[in-house]
Amino acid sequence: MTKKSIKCRVNGVNREYFVDVRSSLMDLLRGPAGLDSIKHGCDVGECGACTVLINGRPFNSCIYLAVWAEGKEIVTLEGVTNPDGSLSDIQQAFVDEGAVQCGICTPGFIMASIPIINQETPSTREEIRRQISGNLCRCTGYQKIVDAIEKTQKKRIAEKKKG
Amino acid sequence: MYDFNALYEANTLQEALELKATYPHALLLAGGSDILIKLRDGKYTGCDLISIYTLDELRGVELLDDGTIVIKPLTSFTDVAQNPILLKYVPTLCEAVEQIGAPQVRNIGTIGGNICNGVTSADSATTLKAYDAMLVIESQKGKRILPYLEFNLGPGKVDLKEDEILTAITISKESYNATYGHYIKYAKRKAMDIATLGCSVNVTLSGDKSKIERLRIAFGVAAPIPVRGINTEKETQGHPVNAELLNLIRERVLDDVTPRDSWRASKEFRLHLIQELAVRATREAIIKGGGSIDD
Repeated sequence: MTKKSIKCRVNGVNREYFVDVRSSLMDLLRGPAGLDSIKHGCDVGECGACTVLINGRPFNSCIYLAVWAEGKEIVTLEGVTNPDGSLSDIQQAFVDEGAVQCGICTPGFIMASIPIINQETPSTREEIRRQISGNLCRCTGYQKIVDAIEKTQKKRIAEKKKG
Repeated sequence: MYDFNALYEANTLQEALELKATYPHALLLAGGSDILIKLRDGKYTGCDLISIYTLDELRGVELLDDGTIVIKPLTSFTDVAQNPILLKYVPTLCEAVEQIGAPQVRNIGTIGGNICNGVTSADSATTLKAYDAMLVIESQKGKRILPYLEFNLGPGKVDLKEDEILTAITISKESYNATYGHYIKYAKRKAMDIATLGCSVNVTLSGDKSKIERLRIAFGVAAPIPVRGINTEKETQGHPVNAELLNLIRERVLDDVTPRDSWRASKEFRLHLIQELAVRATREAIIKGGGSIDD
Protein backbone atom coordinates (compact mmCIF):
# COMPACT_ATOMS: atom_id res chain seq x y z
CA MET A 1 0.00 0.00 0.00
CA THR A 2 1.45 3.33 -1.09
CA LYS A 3 0.75 6.45 0.90
CA LYS A 4 1.30 9.99 -0.19
CA SER A 5 1.20 13.44 1.33
CA ILE A 6 -1.36 15.80 -0.26
CA LYS A 7 -1.42 19.56 0.29
CA CYS A 8 -4.59 21.42 -0.66
CA ARG A 9 -6.90 24.16 0.52
CA VAL A 10 -10.15 22.92 2.02
CA ASN A 11 -12.85 25.46 2.83
CA GLY A 12 -10.29 28.27 2.86
CA VAL A 13 -7.73 26.58 5.12
CA ASN A 14 -4.42 25.05 3.97
CA ARG A 15 -4.34 21.38 4.88
CA GLU A 16 -2.01 18.45 4.51
CA TYR A 17 -3.20 14.86 4.48
CA PHE A 18 -1.39 11.56 4.31
CA VAL A 19 -3.50 9.29 2.12
CA ASP A 20 -3.53 5.87 0.50
CA VAL A 21 -3.11 6.59 -3.23
CA ARG A 22 -6.14 4.38 -3.93
CA SER A 23 -8.42 6.83 -2.09
CA SER A 24 -11.05 8.85 -3.87
CA LEU A 25 -11.43 12.50 -2.92
CA MET A 26 -14.66 11.44 -1.21
CA ASP A 27 -12.68 8.96 0.94
CA LEU A 28 -10.26 11.75 1.89
CA LEU A 29 -12.95 14.31 2.70
CA ARG A 30 -15.24 11.98 4.65
CA GLY A 31 -12.29 10.27 6.33
CA PRO A 32 -9.18 12.20 7.39
CA ALA A 33 -10.79 15.59 6.69
CA GLY A 34 -13.84 14.70 8.80
CA LEU A 35 -16.29 16.49 6.50
CA ASP A 36 -19.44 14.40 6.43
CA SER A 37 -21.63 16.74 4.38
CA ILE A 38 -20.23 14.81 1.40
CA LYS A 39 -22.62 11.93 0.97
CA HIS A 40 -21.55 8.48 -0.18
CA GLY A 41 -24.18 7.72 -2.80
CA CYS A 42 -23.73 5.76 -6.01
CA ASP A 43 -19.89 5.68 -6.09
CA VAL A 44 -19.93 6.00 -9.90
CA GLY A 45 -20.63 9.68 -10.59
CA GLU A 46 -24.32 9.36 -11.35
CA CYS A 47 -26.18 10.70 -8.31
CA GLY A 48 -24.23 13.87 -7.44
CA ALA A 49 -24.56 13.38 -3.64
CA CYS A 50 -20.78 13.71 -3.22
CA THR A 51 -20.49 16.94 -5.26
CA VAL A 52 -17.80 19.40 -4.11
CA LEU A 53 -16.27 22.43 -5.78
CA ILE A 54 -12.72 22.03 -7.07
CA ASN A 55 -11.24 25.37 -8.17
CA GLY A 56 -14.79 26.72 -8.33
CA ARG A 57 -16.36 23.98 -10.45
CA PRO A 58 -18.58 21.11 -9.30
CA PHE A 59 -17.08 17.62 -9.43
CA ASN A 60 -18.22 14.23 -8.19
CA SER A 61 -15.70 13.47 -5.43
CA CYS A 62 -16.39 9.72 -5.69
CA ILE A 63 -14.74 9.54 -9.13
CA TYR A 64 -11.81 11.85 -8.45
CA LEU A 65 -8.51 10.53 -7.12
CA ALA A 66 -7.52 12.07 -3.78
CA VAL A 67 -3.97 12.59 -5.12
CA TRP A 68 -5.37 14.90 -7.83
CA ALA A 69 -6.40 17.33 -5.07
CA GLU A 70 -2.75 18.41 -4.66
CA GLY A 71 -2.62 22.21 -4.90
CA LYS A 72 -6.36 22.53 -5.48
CA GLU A 73 -8.95 24.71 -3.75
CA ILE A 74 -11.78 22.53 -2.48
CA VAL A 75 -15.07 23.76 -1.05
CA THR A 76 -17.65 21.52 0.63
CA LEU A 77 -21.01 22.41 2.18
CA GLU A 78 -19.19 23.08 5.48
CA GLY A 79 -17.46 25.94 3.66
CA VAL A 80 -20.77 27.32 2.41
CA THR A 81 -22.23 27.61 5.91
CA ASN A 82 -21.67 31.02 7.56
CA PRO A 83 -18.52 31.19 9.73
CA ASP A 84 -20.66 31.47 12.89
CA GLY A 85 -22.35 28.17 12.03
CA SER A 86 -25.64 29.72 10.95
CA LEU A 87 -27.21 28.80 7.60
CA SER A 88 -26.15 30.73 4.51
CA ASP A 89 -28.82 32.16 2.17
CA ILE A 90 -28.86 29.15 -0.16
CA GLN A 91 -29.20 26.72 2.74
CA GLN A 92 -31.96 28.83 4.32
CA ALA A 93 -33.74 28.99 0.94
CA PHE A 94 -33.72 25.17 0.73
CA VAL A 95 -35.36 25.08 4.19
CA ASP A 96 -37.87 27.86 3.44
CA GLU A 97 -38.92 26.46 0.06
CA GLY A 98 -39.34 22.91 1.31
CA ALA A 99 -36.50 21.71 -0.94
CA VAL A 100 -35.27 19.26 1.71
CA GLN A 101 -37.09 16.05 2.51
CA CYS A 102 -34.89 13.10 3.47
CA GLY A 103 -31.89 15.37 2.96
CA ILE A 104 -29.23 13.01 1.63
CA CYS A 105 -29.06 14.75 -1.76
CA THR A 106 -29.17 18.28 -0.32
CA PRO A 107 -25.44 19.01 0.17
CA GLY A 108 -24.72 17.85 -3.39
CA PHE A 109 -27.52 19.96 -4.83
CA ILE A 110 -26.32 23.04 -2.96
CA MET A 111 -22.73 22.55 -4.14
CA ALA A 112 -23.88 22.03 -7.76
CA SER A 113 -25.92 25.25 -7.52
CA ILE A 114 -23.08 27.49 -6.28
CA PRO A 115 -21.77 28.52 -9.75
CA ILE A 116 -25.27 29.46 -10.91
CA ILE A 117 -26.34 31.43 -7.82
CA ASN A 118 -23.20 33.55 -8.18
CA GLN A 119 -23.98 34.49 -11.79
CA GLU A 120 -24.41 38.13 -12.71
CA THR A 121 -27.52 37.57 -14.81
CA PRO A 122 -30.69 35.65 -13.92
CA SER A 123 -31.09 32.11 -15.25
CA THR A 124 -34.19 30.52 -16.70
CA ARG A 125 -35.65 27.57 -14.79
CA GLU A 126 -34.46 25.39 -17.68
CA GLU A 127 -30.88 26.65 -17.17
CA ILE A 128 -31.13 25.92 -13.45
CA ARG A 129 -32.38 22.41 -14.21
CA ARG A 130 -29.42 21.91 -16.55
CA GLN A 131 -27.00 23.02 -13.83
CA ILE A 132 -28.41 20.44 -11.38
CA SER A 133 -28.91 17.70 -13.99
CA GLY A 134 -26.09 15.65 -12.45
CA ASN A 135 -27.89 15.39 -9.10
CA LEU A 136 -30.67 12.96 -8.22
CA CYS A 137 -33.45 13.49 -5.65
CA ARG A 138 -36.04 10.81 -4.96
CA CYS A 139 -38.22 12.93 -2.64
CA THR A 140 -38.92 16.44 -3.80
CA GLY A 141 -39.73 16.15 -7.49
CA TYR A 142 -37.13 18.92 -8.05
CA GLN A 143 -39.60 21.85 -8.25
CA LYS A 144 -38.81 23.08 -4.74
CA ILE A 145 -35.09 22.71 -5.34
CA VAL A 146 -35.32 24.84 -8.49
CA ASP A 147 -37.44 27.34 -6.48
CA ALA A 148 -34.76 27.60 -3.77
CA ILE A 149 -31.95 28.13 -6.29
CA GLU A 150 -33.96 30.65 -8.32
CA LYS A 151 -34.87 32.60 -5.17
CA THR A 152 -31.25 32.73 -3.94
CA GLN A 153 -29.94 33.75 -7.34
CA LYS A 154 -32.49 36.59 -7.58
CA LYS A 155 -31.66 37.73 -4.04
CA ARG A 156 -27.90 37.79 -4.74
CA ILE A 157 -28.33 39.66 -8.02
CA ALA A 158 -30.53 42.24 -6.26
CA GLU A 159 -27.94 42.63 -3.47
CA LYS A 160 -25.16 43.16 -5.99
CA LYS A 161 -27.19 45.88 -7.75
CA LYS A 162 -27.66 47.68 -4.42
CA GLY A 163 -23.89 47.40 -3.96
CA MET B 1 -10.99 3.02 -2.02
CA TYR B 2 -10.38 1.85 -5.56
CA ASP B 3 -8.99 -1.64 -5.96
CA PHE B 4 -6.21 -0.92 -8.43
CA ASN B 5 -2.68 -2.10 -7.72
CA ALA B 6 -0.13 0.62 -8.52
CA LEU B 7 -0.59 4.27 -9.42
CA TYR B 8 2.15 5.91 -11.46
CA GLU B 9 1.78 9.66 -11.63
CA ALA B 10 3.34 11.45 -14.59
CA ASN B 11 4.43 15.04 -14.02
CA THR B 12 5.46 15.76 -17.61
CA LEU B 13 4.56 14.29 -21.01
CA GLN B 14 8.14 12.97 -21.16
CA GLU B 15 7.58 11.10 -17.90
CA ALA B 16 4.24 9.80 -19.13
CA LEU B 17 5.88 8.38 -22.27
CA GLU B 18 8.64 6.79 -20.15
CA LEU B 19 6.07 5.27 -17.80
CA LYS B 20 4.03 3.92 -20.72
CA ALA B 21 7.18 2.34 -22.18
CA THR B 22 8.16 0.83 -18.81
CA TYR B 23 4.66 -0.38 -17.85
CA PRO B 24 2.96 -1.08 -21.19
CA HIS B 25 0.15 -3.05 -19.52
CA ALA B 26 -0.84 -0.11 -17.29
CA LEU B 27 -4.02 1.78 -18.17
CA LEU B 28 -3.68 5.44 -19.04
CA LEU B 29 -5.90 7.47 -16.71
CA ALA B 30 -7.13 10.84 -18.03
CA GLY B 31 -10.27 12.14 -16.25
CA GLY B 32 -11.18 8.64 -15.13
CA SER B 33 -14.92 8.90 -15.71
CA ASP B 34 -14.83 5.57 -17.52
CA ILE B 35 -11.89 3.76 -15.92
CA LEU B 36 -12.65 4.61 -12.28
CA ILE B 37 -16.27 3.54 -12.79
CA LYS B 38 -15.21 0.24 -14.36
CA LEU B 39 -12.88 -0.23 -11.36
CA ARG B 40 -15.91 0.16 -9.07
CA ASP B 41 -17.59 -2.49 -11.19
CA GLY B 42 -14.74 -4.94 -10.66
CA LYS B 43 -13.73 -4.91 -14.35
CA TYR B 44 -10.15 -3.72 -13.78
CA THR B 45 -9.47 -5.12 -10.30
CA GLY B 46 -5.74 -5.19 -9.54
CA CYS B 47 -4.78 -3.14 -12.62
CA ASP B 48 -1.96 -0.61 -12.72
CA LEU B 49 -2.70 2.99 -13.67
CA ILE B 50 -0.64 5.78 -15.18
CA SER B 51 -2.30 9.07 -14.28
CA ILE B 52 -1.80 11.88 -16.78
CA TYR B 53 -4.72 13.96 -15.47
CA THR B 54 -2.53 16.66 -13.93
CA LEU B 55 -0.46 17.29 -17.10
CA ASP B 56 -1.47 20.84 -17.97
CA GLU B 57 0.78 20.73 -21.05
CA LEU B 58 -1.84 18.39 -22.56
CA ARG B 59 -4.71 20.78 -21.80
CA GLY B 60 -6.07 23.69 -23.83
CA VAL B 61 -6.84 24.78 -27.39
CA GLU B 62 -4.58 26.61 -29.85
CA LEU B 63 -5.01 28.20 -33.26
CA LEU B 64 -1.89 27.84 -35.43
CA ASP B 65 -0.78 30.42 -38.03
CA ASP B 66 -2.08 28.28 -40.90
CA GLY B 67 -5.52 28.15 -39.25
CA THR B 68 -5.17 24.61 -37.88
CA ILE B 69 -7.04 24.13 -34.61
CA VAL B 70 -5.16 22.06 -32.02
CA ILE B 71 -7.18 20.57 -29.19
CA LYS B 72 -5.05 19.03 -26.45
CA PRO B 73 -6.51 15.72 -25.28
CA LEU B 74 -6.98 16.52 -21.58
CA THR B 75 -9.20 19.53 -22.31
CA SER B 76 -12.40 18.95 -20.36
CA PHE B 77 -15.79 18.96 -22.09
CA THR B 78 -16.66 22.13 -20.15
CA ASP B 79 -13.55 23.85 -21.53
CA VAL B 80 -14.20 22.56 -25.07
CA ALA B 81 -17.78 23.88 -24.86
CA GLN B 82 -16.67 27.33 -23.67
CA ASN B 83 -13.50 27.78 -25.71
CA PRO B 84 -13.64 30.97 -27.85
CA ILE B 85 -11.60 29.47 -30.73
CA LEU B 86 -13.82 26.40 -30.96
CA LEU B 87 -17.01 28.45 -30.57
CA LYS B 88 -15.91 30.61 -33.47
CA TYR B 89 -14.69 27.96 -35.92
CA VAL B 90 -16.21 24.58 -34.95
CA PRO B 91 -19.27 25.42 -32.84
CA THR B 92 -20.85 22.06 -33.64
CA LEU B 93 -18.18 20.40 -31.51
CA CYS B 94 -19.05 22.71 -28.58
CA GLU B 95 -22.75 21.90 -28.99
CA ALA B 96 -22.03 18.17 -29.11
CA VAL B 97 -19.98 18.01 -25.92
CA GLU B 98 -22.54 20.18 -24.10
CA GLN B 99 -24.85 17.19 -24.40
CA ILE B 100 -22.56 14.85 -22.47
CA GLY B 101 -23.59 13.79 -18.97
CA ALA B 102 -24.07 16.72 -16.60
CA PRO B 103 -21.85 19.58 -15.33
CA GLN B 104 -19.89 17.32 -12.96
CA VAL B 105 -19.16 14.84 -15.76
CA ARG B 106 -18.28 17.57 -18.27
CA ASN B 107 -15.83 19.03 -15.73
CA ILE B 108 -13.89 15.79 -15.28
CA GLY B 109 -14.36 14.11 -18.68
CA THR B 110 -11.73 14.82 -21.33
CA ILE B 111 -12.09 14.90 -25.11
CA GLY B 112 -9.04 12.65 -25.56
CA GLY B 113 -10.42 10.13 -23.10
CA ASN B 114 -13.72 10.17 -24.93
CA ILE B 115 -12.19 9.14 -28.25
CA CYS B 116 -9.46 6.80 -26.91
CA ASN B 117 -12.12 4.89 -25.04
CA GLY B 118 -13.25 3.83 -28.51
CA VAL B 119 -16.99 3.50 -27.93
CA THR B 120 -19.42 4.16 -30.75
CA SER B 121 -21.64 6.43 -28.63
CA ALA B 122 -18.94 9.02 -27.76
CA ASP B 123 -20.61 12.40 -28.35
CA SER B 124 -17.40 14.13 -29.44
CA ALA B 125 -16.49 11.32 -31.86
CA THR B 126 -19.16 11.85 -34.52
CA THR B 127 -18.46 15.57 -34.88
CA LEU B 128 -14.67 15.10 -34.90
CA LYS B 129 -15.11 12.47 -37.62
CA ALA B 130 -17.38 14.77 -39.62
CA TYR B 131 -14.57 17.38 -39.44
CA ASP B 132 -11.88 14.90 -40.59
CA ALA B 133 -9.92 15.46 -37.39
CA MET B 134 -6.32 14.24 -37.30
CA LEU B 135 -4.70 12.65 -34.27
CA VAL B 136 -1.14 13.20 -33.08
CA ILE B 137 0.11 10.10 -31.32
CA GLU B 138 3.44 9.96 -29.50
CA SER B 139 5.71 7.39 -27.93
CA GLN B 140 9.34 7.49 -26.83
CA LYS B 141 10.21 6.29 -30.33
CA GLY B 142 8.59 9.24 -32.05
CA LYS B 143 5.44 10.82 -33.31
CA ARG B 144 2.87 9.75 -35.90
CA ILE B 145 -0.16 11.50 -37.32
CA LEU B 146 -3.25 9.49 -38.11
CA PRO B 147 -6.64 10.46 -39.58
CA TYR B 148 -9.22 9.95 -36.83
CA LEU B 149 -11.29 8.06 -39.43
CA GLU B 150 -8.70 5.24 -39.23
CA PHE B 151 -8.37 5.21 -35.43
CA ASN B 152 -11.29 3.00 -34.33
CA LEU B 153 -10.49 -0.67 -34.93
CA GLY B 154 -13.55 -2.18 -33.27
CA PRO B 155 -15.81 -1.66 -30.26
CA GLY B 156 -13.57 -0.27 -27.49
CA LYS B 157 -10.45 -0.90 -29.65
CA VAL B 158 -8.38 1.93 -31.06
CA ASP B 159 -5.08 2.16 -32.94
CA LEU B 160 -2.91 3.01 -29.94
CA LYS B 161 0.11 0.79 -29.31
CA GLU B 162 0.90 -0.09 -25.72
CA ASP B 163 3.58 2.60 -25.43
CA GLU B 164 1.64 5.36 -27.19
CA ILE B 165 -0.27 8.39 -25.96
CA LEU B 166 -2.65 10.67 -27.88
CA THR B 167 -1.13 14.16 -27.57
CA ALA B 168 -3.28 16.32 -29.86
CA ILE B 169 -6.42 16.40 -31.97
CA THR B 170 -6.23 18.76 -34.94
CA ILE B 171 -8.75 20.16 -37.42
CA SER B 172 -7.42 21.86 -40.55
CA LYS B 173 -8.70 25.20 -41.82
CA GLU B 174 -9.70 23.57 -45.11
CA SER B 175 -12.00 21.32 -43.07
CA TYR B 176 -13.91 23.98 -41.12
CA ASN B 177 -13.68 27.00 -43.45
CA ALA B 178 -17.11 28.13 -44.76
CA THR B 179 -18.49 24.94 -43.26
CA TYR B 180 -21.59 24.78 -41.06
CA GLY B 181 -22.65 21.86 -38.96
CA HIS B 182 -25.27 20.42 -36.70
CA TYR B 183 -25.20 17.57 -34.17
CA ILE B 184 -28.24 15.73 -32.90
CA LYS B 185 -28.08 13.36 -29.96
CA TYR B 186 -31.10 11.15 -29.54
CA ALA B 187 -31.33 9.83 -25.98
CA LYS B 188 -34.09 8.96 -23.55
CA ARG B 189 -33.34 11.80 -21.14
CA LYS B 190 -31.78 15.23 -21.46
CA ALA B 191 -28.86 14.58 -19.10
CA MET B 192 -26.76 11.67 -17.85
CA ASP B 193 -27.62 9.45 -20.78
CA ILE B 194 -25.75 7.67 -23.53
CA ALA B 195 -26.83 8.37 -27.08
CA THR B 196 -29.30 5.90 -28.57
CA LEU B 197 -28.10 7.47 -31.79
CA GLY B 198 -25.92 10.46 -32.67
CA CYS B 199 -25.65 12.23 -36.00
CA SER B 200 -23.30 15.05 -36.97
CA VAL B 201 -23.53 16.74 -40.35
CA ASN B 202 -21.51 19.57 -41.81
CA VAL B 203 -22.01 21.20 -45.17
CA THR B 204 -20.13 23.57 -47.40
CA LEU B 205 -22.45 25.33 -49.84
CA SER B 206 -21.68 26.88 -53.22
CA GLY B 207 -21.30 30.68 -53.30
CA ASP B 208 -24.94 31.24 -54.24
CA LYS B 209 -26.07 28.68 -51.60
CA SER B 210 -27.87 26.64 -54.23
CA LYS B 211 -25.65 23.55 -54.29
CA ILE B 212 -23.86 21.24 -51.89
CA GLU B 213 -20.13 21.59 -52.43
CA ARG B 214 -19.27 19.17 -49.68
CA LEU B 215 -21.40 17.27 -47.22
CA ARG B 216 -19.93 15.19 -44.43
CA ILE B 217 -22.10 13.06 -42.21
CA ALA B 218 -21.09 10.90 -39.26
CA PHE B 219 -23.07 8.61 -36.98
CA GLY B 220 -22.62 7.26 -33.47
CA VAL B 221 -24.25 3.96 -32.40
CA ALA B 222 -25.13 3.26 -36.06
CA ALA B 223 -22.30 0.71 -36.32
CA PRO B 224 -19.79 -0.92 -33.91
CA ILE B 225 -17.66 2.23 -34.21
CA PRO B 226 -18.46 5.88 -35.03
CA VAL B 227 -18.76 5.94 -38.85
CA ARG B 228 -18.93 8.35 -41.76
CA GLY B 229 -21.69 8.09 -44.33
CA ILE B 230 -19.36 7.65 -47.31
CA ASN B 231 -22.03 6.66 -49.87
CA THR B 232 -24.32 9.51 -48.88
CA GLU B 233 -21.45 11.98 -49.07
CA LYS B 234 -20.47 10.92 -52.60
CA GLU B 235 -23.98 11.06 -53.96
CA THR B 236 -24.83 14.44 -52.49
CA GLN B 237 -21.76 16.21 -53.81
CA GLY B 238 -22.84 18.96 -56.20
CA HIS B 239 -26.52 18.23 -55.54
CA PRO B 240 -28.91 21.20 -55.61
CA VAL B 241 -30.20 22.24 -52.19
CA ASN B 242 -33.81 21.06 -52.43
CA ALA B 243 -36.31 18.56 -51.07
CA GLU B 244 -34.90 15.88 -53.37
CA LEU B 245 -31.57 16.19 -51.56
CA LEU B 246 -33.22 15.24 -48.29
CA ASN B 247 -34.98 12.27 -49.92
CA LEU B 248 -31.68 11.13 -51.38
CA ILE B 249 -30.03 11.32 -47.95
CA ARG B 250 -32.92 9.44 -46.37
CA GLU B 251 -32.38 6.57 -48.84
CA ARG B 252 -28.59 6.55 -49.07
CA VAL B 253 -27.74 6.59 -45.37
CA LEU B 254 -29.08 3.06 -45.07
CA ASP B 255 -26.09 1.88 -47.14
CA ASP B 256 -23.68 3.50 -44.70
CA VAL B 257 -24.72 1.95 -41.40
CA THR B 258 -24.98 -1.38 -39.60
CA PRO B 259 -26.89 -0.71 -36.36
CA ARG B 260 -27.82 -3.51 -33.98
CA ASP B 261 -30.44 -4.35 -31.41
CA SER B 262 -29.61 -3.41 -27.86
CA TRP B 263 -31.60 -2.82 -24.70
CA ARG B 264 -31.70 0.88 -25.56
CA ALA B 265 -33.33 0.46 -28.94
CA SER B 266 -34.09 -2.08 -31.66
CA LYS B 267 -32.21 -2.17 -34.93
CA GLU B 268 -35.37 -1.04 -36.75
CA PHE B 269 -35.83 1.99 -34.51
CA ARG B 270 -32.17 2.91 -34.95
CA LEU B 271 -32.53 2.73 -38.75
CA HIS B 272 -35.52 5.05 -38.47
CA LEU B 273 -33.48 7.43 -36.29
CA ILE B 274 -30.54 7.33 -38.71
CA GLN B 275 -32.77 8.44 -41.60
CA GLU B 276 -34.65 11.06 -39.61
CA LEU B 277 -31.65 12.56 -37.78
CA ALA B 278 -29.59 12.65 -40.98
CA VAL B 279 -32.31 14.69 -42.69
CA ARG B 280 -32.91 16.99 -39.72
CA ALA B 281 -29.20 17.62 -39.09
CA THR B 282 -28.60 18.29 -42.80
CA ARG B 283 -31.48 20.75 -42.92
CA GLU B 284 -30.20 22.58 -39.82
CA ALA B 285 -26.64 22.68 -41.19
CA ILE B 286 -27.88 24.14 -44.49
CA ILE B 287 -29.91 26.81 -42.67
CA LYS B 288 -26.89 27.71 -40.51
CA GLY B 289 -24.88 28.00 -43.74
CA GLY B 290 -27.32 30.57 -45.08
CA GLY B 291 -29.18 28.23 -47.42
CA SER B 292 -32.88 27.51 -47.39
CA ILE B 293 -34.66 24.25 -47.92
CA ASP B 294 -38.27 23.10 -48.05
CA ASP B 295 -39.43 19.52 -47.74
